Amino acid sequence: MIKFQNITKTYNPNAIALEDVSLEIGKGEFVSIVGRSGAGKTTLLKILLAEEKPTRGRVFFDGQDVCKIKKGELSQLRRRMGTIFQDYKLLSSKNAYENIAYVLEVVGAADGEISRDVFQVLEIVGLSDKARNFPQELSGGERQRVVVARALIHRPDVILADEPTGNLDPYHTHDIINLLLRINEMGTTIILATHNKGIINSLGRRVITLEKGRLIRDEEKGRFIL
Amino acid sequence: MFTLLKRIIRSGWLNLKRQSGLTFATFFIIVMTISLVTFLFLFQGMTQFLISDLKEKIDISVYFKKDSAEEDILEVKEELNQNPEVKNVEYISREEALERFTQRYKDNPILMEALAEVGENPLLASLNIKAGQASQYAAISNFIETGPFRNLIEKIDYRQNREIIEKVFAISSNINFAGIAFGLILGFIALLVAFNTIRLAIYSSREEISIMRLVGASNWFIRGPFMFQGIVVGIAATLITLLIFTIAIFFLSPKIEVLLPGFNLLSYFGAHFWILLLIQLTTGIGLGVISSWIAIRKYLEV
Repeated sequence: MIKFQNITKTYNPNAIALEDVSLEIGKGEFVSIVGRSGAGKTTLLKILLAEEKPTRGRVFFDGQDVCKIKKGELSQLRRRMGTIFQDYKLLSSKNAYENIAYVLEVVGAADGEISRDVFQVLEIVGLSDKARNFPQELSGGERQRVVVARALIHRPDVILADEPTGNLDPYHTHDIINLLLRINEMGTTIILATHNKGIINSLGRRVITLEKGRLIRDEEKGRFIL
Repeated sequence: MFTLLKRIIRSGWLNLKRQSGLTFATFFIIVMTISLVTFLFLFQGMTQFLISDLKEKIDISVYFKKDSAEEDILEVKEELNQNPEVKNVEYISREEALERFTQRYKDNPILMEALAEVGENPLLASLNIKAGQASQYAAISNFIETGPFRNLIEKIDYRQNREIIEKVFAISSNINFAGIAFGLILGFIALLVAFNTIRLAIYSSREEISIMRLVGASNWFIRGPFMFQGIVVGIAATLITLLIFTIAIFFLSPKIEVLLPGFNLLSYFGAHFWILLLIQLTTGIGLGVISSWIAIRKYLEV
């Protein structure tokens, strides 16, 4: 379903983010990408989302070359993905409810469906009472949960989760990972980038390890080894 | 399609309310710009009136000898009428000239006394000639001086007034040109200021725009609310400007009429109301929509 082919990304000759990374992710997989800060995890996800272009190499999503998609058609591709951004990327002028509803509005869902689903997902992430709060009125952990809710509300084909538990307490971390697992069981592909050792080791799923922009390990039922 | 439009409008409306400070700043600048455009429009109307009024007042008079017969003068008039450069010829008989004179100076006892002293009508019959353009007066004057009826003529007052006539025409065309140039420069500055204000307003939303792109919103879905805001602010600014000008003109019109006799600003405003409204709306909405369009384009690149 997703194929990275010899991806290299350099910002300048001294800053190589990714170097010749090739990997394939099948439909319905739950893949973790681990590595130290700056190993290239986020860059890899950004390239898949077409937020950044690789310096060399190609990325395919369902056989479609992501780098060659026209600007106007990019939105169609992105609607098939749900992204949990490390830096949240919430719309500051919209409250929690509207931030989540926005994605459904974008895909053209009916009004009734939107209000039903948004309240449901807010309840799942434990934020029913914060629906009308704006991002700046929420704590880091609460914002992160809004982002999680926004990423899965429209039932995307793949969820790109970049440090989805970075700001969560152990209790919520557990909940969010369980939520991702449940969604994965329903057939959604999950790509989880993290440096949380405990999570990786408890998952027992495929683990891809990046170091200084290079892919150094790719194991089924892997563990967090750095 | 309808749902999309509804969502765009709702989102735009919410933004207007939530960013009320920014909305007001943009609104204020657009009001200023529309006001300037309106002012220039009215100013142009006033100068046009002034110029045509000045032109109306210019003519040349041909005075005929005392013993000239009326039918000869009317024949001259007929001949002049056939000259394509002549716009209008008016015949003033000796009696009519006297009547106008007494009418005009009836409050001046010295002149009236002097007239009574003379005993008979000292005034001459004349033809008042108006040309289409200033440059044609010399030719018309020449035509009369060299024509077959030159023996009937006592004097032509063109030669005496020539300098004044030419000066008036030079000034009026200068006023016209300066007005247009001044208007264009001011208008351009105002548009630039308004455009930059809107650009700054959108600059503050640049991060939101890129997030919208990343979660899969189409360019139209992102642009739409901004366009809607532009339209609403443009219409509101137009209405407010119109209200301000209506009130101001209502009170200023009589004062302007004192300065410019015969020019009623209120009725000029009334007569040009729809075209003015159209200009204002085009300026207001056009500024809002086009500026937003250009400013957003950059941030949709994500």
